[in-house]
Amino acid sequence: MSALKVIGLVLVALVALLLPVYAPDPATTNKAVLTLMFVGLATAWNIMGGYTGYISLGHAAFFGFGAYSFGLMVIHLNVTPGYAPFLLVPVAGLLTASLAVGIGWIALRTRAATFVIVTIAFMFMLQLLGENLVTITGGGAGLSLPYAHEWGGDFFNIPYYYAMLALAVLAVVVSWWIRRSKFGLGLLAIRDDEDKALAVGVPTRGFKLTAYVISAVLVGMIGAVYGYYVTYLYPQFVFDPLVGISMVLMAFLGGLGTLSGPVIGAVLLEPAQLEFAYRFGASRLYLVFYAAVFLIVILLLPRGIVPSVADLLRSLRHRRLIGPSATAGGLGTVTRASGDEPPAAAQQGLAAP
Amino acid sequence: MTLILEAVVLGVLTGGVYALMASGLTLIFGVMRIINVGHGALVVLGAYLSFALLRSFHMDPFLSLLLTMPAMFLLGVVLQFVFIRPLKTDREALSVLVTYALALGIEGALGYVFTANFVELRAWYETASFGIFGFHITWVYVFGFVLCLAILGALFLVLYRTAFGGAIRATMLNRTAAQLIGIDVDRVAAVAFGMGVATAAAGGVVFGITNAFNPGSHYDLISRLLTIIVLGGLGSLRGAVIAALIMLVTEDITQVLISPVWANFVFFVILVAILIVRPQGLYGLRVRERI
Repeated sequence: MSALKVIGLVLVALVALLLPVYAPDPATTNKAVLTLMFVGLATAWNIMGGYTGYISLGHAAFFGFGAYSFGLMVIHLNVTPGYAPFLLVPVAGLLTASLAVGIGWIALRTRAATFVIVTIAFMFMLQLLGENLVTITGGGAGLSLPYAHEWGGDFFNIPYYYAMLALAVLAVVVSWWIRRSKFGLGLLAIRDDEDKALAVGVPTRGFKLTAYVISAVLVGMIGAVYGYYVTYLYPQFVFDPLVGISMVLMAFLGGLGTLSGPVIGAVLLEPAQLEFAYRFGASRLYLVFYAAVFLIVILLLPRGIVPSVADLLRSLRHRRLIGPSATAGGLGTVTRASGDEPPAAAQQGLAAP
Repeated sequence: MTLILEAVVLGVLTGGVYALMASGLTLIFGVMRIINVGHGALVVLGAYLSFALLRSFHMDPFLSLLLTMPAMFLLGVVLQFVFIRPLKTDREALSVLVTYALALGIEGALGYVFTANFVELRAWYETASFGIFGFHITWVYVFGFVLCLAILGALFLVLYRTAFGGAIRATMLNRTAAQLIGIDVDRVAAVAFGMGVATAAAGGVVFGITNAFNPGSHYDLISRLLTIIVLGGLGSLRGAVIAALIMLVTEDITQVLISPVWANFVFFVILVAILIVRPQGLYGLRVRERI
């Protein structure tokens, strides 16, 4: 790791840790909580979607399930609101894991397009369960969670901020670890060619399911903190297709299958989205804005920011090393120019950095 | 017993409408290998176009199809040209996202123009009914069913009795081979997308008369339509029609026997069951197609 990278990381960590100290007003911290939430969600989604290439549009199922299982535990176990409920977040994660094993076992019998559809279907299935199991979830009338009355004013958002920060960091660390491990290598092999991966001995079924469950657990825990934060759960607002698609868009914007891509995508997009929803929320025009960003990203920058910038830097460095004469033409330029081109695989939308 | 029989009749009649909408979706998948997640939004858009014509010119919803279907066909061709064709790599995954974005854009634009309030297409046949063998059937279901049969019939005629239909089917079977024997697959794709979107307009009218709808209605619709085409086997028209009938009849029977709130749930139960037993759907091809 270069010194520049270390300094950058330390700076990011300092800003993240001290933000609520310098900007404690609820409007700012609310934005920060939701942005960190999407940093975590996009990173967690990327573990499945980016590394294995299995696009899930239904991760909101785990988000909502985490929120509801957390809420029901807090209510039925009579946990005193305050810091104690945060201890139940990992439990909500475990419950989400059991759900993810079931859904994954069924959904991963399919590939590509069918997998996408099946994940969407499962999300709507859970939304419907949330609405219909009125005796458990309260149905469409919603589920009210207890909250800490003693956290008033500017302080209210701050515990949630650090909880979201912790989960976002956890997601990034898990993603980083997977990216470097043999397991991660197996996932990338599945993305590139699943049949060949199986042929060379990657246990594809087990690997896919493991990645799916890890990704779902992180999303479920984030959902739990979100549920505690908003204190009121409605099926259509936690099993929300927009949440499911947002994390995908952020991962795509930053760079699918990269470590920093989903983080950058979330930090860029979520504040913009919140600002837009705040200004044009009533007219639903923000959906048009959202669609426009989405289309521009996919049509003009299908590989995402991180891989594109990395390529640009690489070619700049190349040019500097070779010197300006390299652009002057001649046979040498032809070979060098083709050397600047990223390999064919890297030009595909799903390329690694 | 009569209730169940009535549910079956109603299921078949509404199943026809879903068969039409789902066949547009599966046709698009078959030709281009893309899943048009925006299909539900296009259905809702079709319903709103007819709604606008009804409100401004008092045009009968079924009659307004003469205007909206060609318009939606053109829209489909344009959407295909602008948003789908540029996707060169990893088309399957990216197209899902692009069409999802289109759905959001359509939802947002409709919400801006028509607000989020629920509306309904009103016509005399919406409530008028007739009695037959002791059942009461509302006229709109019959009209809708006949319309859908006619359009589906026309679709099958084009696909199986014309040279262009042959080109479409060839492209569905093997895109590269179709290109090699001189089929202009880009044109085939554009027309097939247009046809799929035009069927969405027709489905939208019947949907709009039988249901109150708002710009957000497309989520519910698309999850049903996607389930239908997975059940039928992606890319199979026959499968889509049969799956739509199975789904809607089962749904209406559940509505009678158990409760309306669980009727929707049947869709997902059938989906899970079919995935466990036969992941490729009723008429789908095995993994060779990578679906």
